[in-house]
Amino acid sequence: MSEIIGDNYLTAGKDSDIPFWKTWFYTLDHKRLGVMYLIAVSVFFLVGGLFSILVRTEHLTGSQTIMNAQLYNVSFTLHGAIMIFLFIIPGIAASFGNFLIPLMIGARDVIFPKLNLLSFWLFCIGAIICLVSLAAPVDTGWTFYTPYSIDSQTNVIMITTGVFFLGFSSILTGINFIVTIHKLRAPGMTWNNLPLFCWASYATAIIQVLATPVVGITLVLLIFERWFGLGFFDPAKGGDPVLFQHFFWFYSHPAVYLMILPAMGVVSEVLPVFSRKPIFGYKAIAYSSVGIAVISFLVWGHHMFTSGQSAFMNVVFSVITFLVAIPTAIKVFNWVATMYKGSIELSAAMLHTLAFIFLFTIGGTTGMHMSALATDIYLHDTYFVVAHMHYTMFGGTVFGFFSAVHFWYPKMWGKVFDETKAKIAFVLTFIGFNLTFYPLFVVGTRGMPRRYFNYDPQFEFIHQLSTVGTYILTIGILVMLHTLLRPVSATTERNPYKSKSLEWRTATPPPTLNFDEMPTLEGTTYDYGKET
Amino acid sequence: MIQTLLHFFNFSIISWVPPQASTVAASVDNVLAFISWISIFFTVAIGLILIFFCIKYKKKTDDDYTPDLRHNAFLETTWTVAPTILVFIIFFVALFPYLQTQKIDPAGYEINVTGTKWMWSFDYSDGKKTFNELYLPVNKPVRLVMTSEDVLHSFYVPAFRVKQDVVGNMYTFLNFTPNKVGDYVIYCAEYCGVAHSDMKGIVHVLSEEDFYAWEKGSKDSKKSVVASGNLKEQGKDLYLKNGCNACHSIDGSSGVGPTWKGLFGKKRKFEDGTSSIADENYLRASIEIPSAKIVKGYQPVMPAYKGVLTDKQITSMIEYIKVLR
Repeated sequence: MSEIIGDNYLTAGKDSDIPFWKTWFYTLDHKRLGVMYLIAVSVFFLVGGLFSILVRTEHLTGSQTIMNAQLYNVSFTLHGAIMIFLFIIPGIAASFGNFLIPLMIGARDVIFPKLNLLSFWLFCIGAIICLVSLAAPVDTGWTFYTPYSIDSQTNVIMITTGVFFLGFSSILTGINFIVTIHKLRAPGMTWNNLPLFCWASYATAIIQVLATPVVGITLVLLIFERWFGLGFFDPAKGGDPVLFQHFFWFYSHPAVYLMILPAMGVVSEVLPVFSRKPIFGYKAIAYSSVGIAVISFLVWGHHMFTSGQSAFMNVVFSVITFLVAIPTAIKVFNWVATMYKGSIELSAAMLHTLAFIFLFTIGGTTGMHMSALATDIYLHDTYFVVAHMHYTMFGGTVFGFFSAVHFWYPKMWGKVFDETKAKIAFVLTFIGFNLTFYPLFVVGTRGMPRRYFNYDPQFEFIHQLSTVGTYILTIGILVMLHTLLRPVSATTERNPYKSKSLEWRTATPPPTLNFDEMPTLEGTTYDYGKET
Repeated sequence: MIQTLLHFFNFSIISWVPPQASTVAASVDNVLAFISWISIFFTVAIGLILIFFCIKYKKKTDDDYTPDLRHNAFLETTWTVAPTILVFIIFFVALFPYLQTQKIDPAGYEINVTGTKWMWSFDYSDGKKTFNELYLPVNKPVRLVMTSEDVLHSFYVPAFRVKQDVVGNMYTFLNFTPNKVGDYVIYCAEYCGVAHSDMKGIVHVLSEEDFYAWEKGSKDSKKSVVASGNLKEQGKDLYLKNGCNACHSIDGSSGVGPTWKGLFGKKRKFEDGTSSIADENYLRASIEIPSAKIVKGYQPVMPAYKGVLTDKQITSMIEYIKVLR
């Protein structure tokens, strides 16, 4: 069989004349690219995390603790920029998207494998440029707001160029996934049988293709402004600094859904397997992904309620923003209903998925505080936003990411990790996360603005709680890392979870061309329940 | 009526928010509490159901019977329609306090606000100017007409529950009515650089008599120093009140501007290559028009105080710098 479809994708080409590293560098295999993305984003997650430890440690006291104000500003900027552009946007979408989509729909690869490789190298070039910019690290905040980013003496041009490259990588990946899902589905894999992770990836890809060019253009305008003094956003030259915010959020708001949607896809895959139940309300979950993607383009103004845009626009953006709550709530209810009368197994992957649902509920419902005008005016740019945003992005996306890493671990690596240790890591991460971010809701409702180097003494105790939480969270992640890097045994079992999804039908780890026998989907993707 | 209803939900959450010192503060808090209770309700409900399901439907054997439940038209309709109704209720509840802040009272007391790195300045209609300290009469509608001289700032008074970004080359506005006498903190809520967190001020909400007295007294103080204490103490007072402390330290620590500790009598090297001794005349010139001579290694960001501080005030600040050795 290996002559036609290749060996285990991880070791394929080891015996050939070409050096082994080259078979990875020039690989067209979506699984290898997925794995390389996964390693890259995981490294950036740890780097971004390092900056968050610096920021939180600085906040142990209300004045200077371990660094001066400039270094603090740099730290929170880099934490945000690295986490957003190098970890969470490519995170699940590029790593698990690449690895899983062809396997799930029963294809041999994505439709444009070379384009896929190009995406990966654009990602690497962008990431390297961003890292080089650390020589004079930016202090603008990850949002690069003008006119500050025009005045700043730091490497703004360098990092925005990096982000520009990352954007192109993202666009090309999006195009690839859209066409792949349209064209390469196996027999029986109709749209209404498409695994929900693929639906979520499809919605994500639409956002990537439509929104990312806007941030690319915006960053080019910013670069031109700094280089040639063109003055698009410079009030002194008649430009409008608020225009930058419109452009920026026109991408960056949809971007938050391109961060969360793949994680929602992961949850929709993990839940039915460990509940032994078909996913409840399949169509509602699938279409709500697309619904979220569409609405996400119409709500960017809610980042700007205090920016000086008109009261009328504030009202319009507020009401549209509330609409996002509806498809999101539908998803949560459907997930919970999936567990009803199931046979629930609390594996490490399942625990992370349950944590996602719970934490995302907190993140989602505190989103109502931000979309409501009266309260947003008060809470905007306070720690409340920081807490809300981390509950959706960390409590949501990152826990979804952790769930995916655990769930597809055997298929991806052909190894088995220590389940007990993984659960200990989960408990530490969960407690650490909540201790870090819940107190920030309190600081925020008490009116403390974000990005404050010095803060008033009445907030000190709460900040110390949060910092302790960060340390617990760090230990949890280190235990998790140790668990995953030191597997306890190897496995070739094709389908350890008895999943109905196609990626489990092939060998473990899969051969280069995925399937020895091209699969056909009989029944539906989520046939777990017994006939009544 | 809605407000009374909302007040019913309004306990415990209210205990840690800042004092309510404007007419909108109470209604904002009511909305905050209302949404928070909805949020808490859903979080607790989802959390409990998850735990309950995990216990009740725990896996027993590999061959557990599970039903083939995929749809339930009634349930799915309910949990689509219910959140839709709920979010519209929240939208409207939160809309009214916001619209209240958009109403312009023609009889309002208008003050011009300017944000600069890293201080607030306030220009009153009768020609007075204050730094980082805003004086307002209680129970009188106020309208702030705000702009920035450099990057974005955001004028934020938690006790009033209001916030508005301050943007260069355009005006933004803030309308509110303080209704409680007291001193409240002003923050800058839009990140603006190194001393962003030090761009703080105080709003003094005064009773009508006190405000009148301040208006008169402050006018006089432009001509003569009426503050108590000797020159050095007055200088220290001015150091804090004019926001000098955001950039200049008095303990030798580094900041946006040179520290004042040990400044007097020291040789200063400038960006243009010249140098001079920091004597009284140098300090006076540097306070009045700072951009004339920029100390090597610093940026020309300090605003000019010529015509802003009186001669007597500048003298007292120089006396204060002298004692910082």
